[in-house]
Amino acid sequence: MTSLRFLLAAALLTGAAAHAAPLKTDLAKSSVSATFKQMNVPVEAKFKTFSAQIDYDAARPDASKATVDIGTASMDLGDAEYNREVAKKEWFNTAQFPKATFVSTSIKAAGADKLNVAGKLTIKGKTADVAFPLTVKTAGKQQVFEGQLPIKRLAFNIGEGEWKDTSMVADEVVIKFRVTAGQ
Amino acid sequence: MQRYSSVAIALHWMIAILIIGTFTLGLVMTDIPGLTPTKLRYFSWHKWAGVTVLALAALRLLWRLRSRPPAYPAHMPTWQRHAAHSLHGLLYVLMFAVPLSGYFYSLAAGVPVVYFGVFPLPTLIEADAALKPTLGALHYWLNMLLAALVAVHVLAALKHLLFDRDGVMQRMLPSSKTRSFR
Repeated sequence: MTSLRFLLAAALLTGAAAHAAPLKTDLAKSSVSATFKQMNVPVEAKFKTFSAQIDYDAARPDASKATVDIGTASMDLGDAEYNREVAKKEWFNTAQFPKATFVSTSIKAAGADKLNVAGKLTIKGKTADVAFPLTVKTAGKQQVFEGQLPIKRLAFNIGEGEWKDTSMVADEVVIKFRVTAGQ
Repeated sequence: MQRYSSVAIALHWMIAILIIGTFTLGLVMTDIPGLTPTKLRYFSWHKWAGVTVLALAALRLLWRLRSRPPAYPAHMPTWQRHAAHSLHGLLYVLMFAVPLSGYFYSLAAGVPVVYFGVFPLPTLIEADAALKPTLGALHYWLNMLLAALVAVHVLAALKHLLFDRDGVMQRMLPSSKTRSFR
């Protein structure tokens, strides 16, 4: 909240042009996916339902904030039977945990078009601190935020019981995202 | 009677055993309900075995092109020679068509094949949800056709062994002891 107050004060001082207002996410040009290895075969699953709230101002990147909500039941592995399986208790337990969320705690400029993001990722009721770099590119009146976040699925209890075997499904999962947003 | 070359005999039986095993595994794995680690493991093994059949079939075709098979006995009716040639031709086509249809089915499903979990094989087509069921059905029916033709092939060989007693089946048997059948 302190930074928000600071931001409001800064906005008042410098005029409307410099404030970090929430951007409108363009879902048609955004995507979130998870890539993992199953017996060394790379498999990509797309999340069809997600939303992102991004406060970003190129002039003040450090004042940025981001929240992303992902509908866990919308994971699409390209096969109806597989999709039913990953909704189960052993995987995402979508009945009890319909959403995975990311909330940023700090965003820092890291050179041209680059940001270092830290925040809290919550999946299946477990929260972990994560940090990852992302790139920001301007496309017309919109900004494209793109990056990858490697996580360990077992840290979030994704794949319980016999699915804990990492020789079957690797522990490492890379979350890839591309969020397009504009004023 | 002259026998097939030992290379042809070895390739025939390796492919025969692999086809029977891969076919059976295909039926077993698709019968497992839902999704289990065992099912996924069987899918991978099935694909590795299928790729092996494809590779051996390629070797076999090359060998067949440069090494003529032994002649049929003189008394064998012409229609039987034609039937045997046609059946063998179809079996050769299916040795390629069955694994290839499975390979492309897997690619259409968005799952590339990593041979023995080590060698990634070429992703020749992108994942295609519309093409996937078509290739799945094609793979299934080519397999059923293969099973039916293998049954005819085995029955014909047994006919030569038990009724004609003309040594045609023994040409393809690996053991030298089988010569006493003649």
